[in-house]
Amino acid sequence: MTPPDTDTQAEPKEQSQMSSAGGSPAEQADEAPNLAEMGVREGAGHAINVKGLHAYYGNTHAVKGIDITFPANEVTAIIGPSGCGKSTMVRCINRMHEEIPGARAEGSVSLDDLDIYGSGIDVTSVRRMIGMVFQKPNPFPTMSIFDNVAAGLRLTGTKSDNLRERVHKSLRAVGLWGEVKSRLNEPGIGLSGGQQQRLCIARTVAVEPEVILMDEPCSALDPIATLRVEELIDELKSRYTIVIVTHNMQQAARVADSTVFMLDGEVVEHAPTNDIFTHPKDERTERYVTGKFG
Amino acid sequence: MSDIGIAAISPARRRKDRLMRGMLIGGTVIALIPLVLIIYYLLLKGLGSLTGSFFTSDPTGSFFGPPGGIRSAIFGTLEIVALASLISIPIGIGVALYLTEYGNESTFANVVRYFVDVMTGVPSIVFGLFIYIVLVLSGIGGSFTGWKGSIAISLLMLPIVVRSAEVVLLLVPGALREAALALGAPRWRVVTRVVLPTALPGLITGSLLAIARGMGETAPLLFTVATANALTFNLGSQMNTLPTQIFQDITSPRNAIVSRAWGAALTLVAIILILNLIARAIARRSRLA
Amino acid sequence: MGASASTAPGGRSALERSPASRLPDQLLKWGLTTLAALILALLAYFFIRLIGQSQGAFSHFGVSFVLGNDWDPSRSIYHGAALLVGTLITSAIALLIGVPVAISTAIFLTELCPRRIRGPMTTLVDLLAAVPSVVYGLWGVYVLIPKLLPAEKWFASTFSFIPFLGGGTPTGPNYFIAGLILAIMILPIVSAISREVLATVPSEHKEAALALGATRWEMIRIAVIPYARPGITGGAMLGLGRAIGETIAVLLVIGNAPVIGHTIFSQGYSLAAVIANEFGEAAANPLHSSALFAAGLVLFVLTLFINILARRYISRGQRGKRGKGGTGVTLADAPTTAAEQV
Repeated sequence: MTPPDTDTQAEPKEQSQMSSAGGSPAEQADEAPNLAEMGVREGAGHAINVKGLHAYYGNTHAVKGIDITFPANEVTAIIGPSGCGKSTMVRCINRMHEEIPGARAEGSVSLDDLDIYGSGIDVTSVRRMIGMVFQKPNPFPTMSIFDNVAAGLRLTGTKSDNLRERVHKSLRAVGLWGEVKSRLNEPGIGLSGGQQQRLCIARTVAVEPEVILMDEPCSALDPIATLRVEELIDELKSRYTIVIVTHNMQQAARVADSTVFMLDGEVVEHAPTNDIFTHPKDERTERYVTGKFG
Repeated sequence: MSDIGIAAISPARRRKDRLMRGMLIGGTVIALIPLVLIIYYLLLKGLGSLTGSFFTSDPTGSFFGPPGGIRSAIFGTLEIVALASLISIPIGIGVALYLTEYGNESTFANVVRYFVDVMTGVPSIVFGLFIYIVLVLSGIGGSFTGWKGSIAISLLMLPIVVRSAEVVLLLVPGALREAALALGAPRWRVVTRVVLPTALPGLITGSLLAIARGMGETAPLLFTVATANALTFNLGSQMNTLPTQIFQDITSPRNAIVSRAWGAALTLVAIILILNLIARAIARRSRLA
Repeated sequence: MGASASTAPGGRSALERSPASRLPDQLLKWGLTTLAALILALLAYFFIRLIGQSQGAFSHFGVSFVLGNDWDPSRSIYHGAALLVGTLITSAIALLIGVPVAISTAIFLTELCPRRIRGPMTTLVDLLAAVPSVVYGLWGVYVLIPKLLPAEKWFASTFSFIPFLGGGTPTGPNYFIAGLILAIMILPIVSAISREVLATVPSEHKEAALALGATRWEMIRIAVIPYARPGITGGAMLGLGRAIGETIAVLLVIGNAPVIGHTIFSQGYSLAAVIANEFGEAAANPLHSSALFAAGLVLFVLTLFINILARRYISRGQRGKRGKGGTGVTLADAPTTAAEQV
């Protein structure tokens, strides 16, 4: 189904160079991490491997030993009842979990072969490579639409011409361009909820991460806005690896290639989405997807 | 895992981050230096004066001979601030009660809130001038008297009491009030039997802080109480107070008197610090849920 | 209401309260309302009387009272430009030195300080507010002035080519020392308000910045400071108001010379200082007294104006954290009420 904004068709091809962060090396004031050197395979998409992940809030054991692989260029959904640890687990992937006072994580999370918890790894680089979209759209309130998308790029010292180009590219990629191109200098929070969320997604993809994590990105949006974001996810997966936490099983069925069901901090089942919903292997999965508990 | 190089972030960014963090820490350290220095010098120059007679004798006021102690100053401060507290604390809590229990968001209440707030910014000398004009110049009840100073100080303390009391009263859970009202208690009973007792520690804290503030003020006293040397318990006369005593002594050419100023300053700061710490201890121990 | 279904004496239903039992409630309500109204009336009354007492000076000197530079009680001339300028210079110095330091402490305490020592550190910063003005003055006269004089002399001679900052011969009391002490005195209030404002920054914006790969400082720079800017500005204005009105400490270290000093290390005068300083000798002289009252009026109006402006900035920086007109951060959230913030 074609999205209403038709400019997007021309862009996707340009985005295929993934190994370096776009632009000529001379223009990049900040290094693009030399991914090949770091064990992150060039050209292809990037997978996330989680092994033996435990996460704690103080003494509370929220994630109890998780092993998953999120395959490259696929959308993996994570479903489960409230409090099962899905958000926590996802936040361990871009190391946001440790920002909470008293929280810690153990185990390994790898982007291809790069252990992002390794010693000597800079957490801010990890977060640039693994982007996150949050449940409540959170554009920076004091910034314009343009500045919001540019925020991450400015951090890495992208110069102004390159910057403008990349901001426009991002806005096109998320299908916002048509709606905002005449008001790029207006405040980001002046947009509707759905637009704000797409703005946040534009902000995230502007820095060209390898992976995009989404923590219930549509739960604050109305159905139409939700649909647009889901269409966007479908488009984005050709360029990124996407992990989406959702409490909405229909959404998982719509967007995800494979689905993980979590319960009580553990992975109960991980299978292609179709299989999870039509013939789940585990009895608990079956009870959850048929709505017997939730 | 595998042998991987350090994931690069621009060293410039790293440096900037460390630099700015260092500056923020540095700024905080700079902020604390004056505190340390003041306490250091107070102790250095003031401890020596704190003999027994320092507290048990009054300043002699004579240019030659022994300068005397600060007894009348201490008592004067205690008396004047006590009266000021008796005035400002009940009234302040009363206004706060009005704001939280009866006025709420009404226009009038907001106006009151606004002006009480603005009152905090009024310089203390202006309050002194007010009382001077209204009470001293007009000669009501004598010219310079202790109680007029109390009124000036109470004007100063009032907004502090109102503000802190309002914050505390608002912390009393609405559910508590509603439960009492639902049991059929009239509002005034809810206030006296439920709200005030629950808020009491916070109210005490706020009052202590207001008192500490009141004790340190000099300017208003200059215009309303003037000064004296002898110990007196008559608030209808001129009195000595610690701040005015210190103020007078600072500019004295006699070292002994300047030393007395340091001793008196140490005493005053000690009292104020103790009040502050008690207030914070109470606040910490009994936090409203 | 109550469980009892019996009728009260006099045949009223149990649901109706007797007028007598409503009385305490009514009394309390109206009593407290009257109290609040009285406070307002009192303030208005004071203001009017102050204006009255200042009339003499204003009618005699007109606008020269603030614009003319010639304050000479011996000739009964009261043109107070020197006072106003002195007030502004010392307050400007106080802001320039005190506000950045205060904001640094506020950012440090809210964003960087390890949680365990946050409480004690905050208390320490706030304790600066507990030191009375007269003690600051004492310390200023006998510690700060003598200790800084050599440095001031060095600075003045080394930078003599810079107007106002260099040149001239520093003597003991001067604008700079007054400004420095004022900076220390306004530090706690600016810090406390800034901390309150910084605490209202929603964590979702901080998370958004971190998730983009920002360093801690970058996160503060792009997500925290812009959001908190109006409120912090308001806090700085409150500091300004406090600096303008400070009397005793300034009086002791500014030199009380009714002139406009040429350099930062010259002696000067301020509105608040003149009132306290000349109050005694003016008592017998109606024109002099009136001039001092007029100075007090200017001071009062100035601080009133600044405080009202500050309040607007601070509530702008609240952005619906609390309800309309509710108890958001207000002027009185100075360290005197900081106990609740501990």
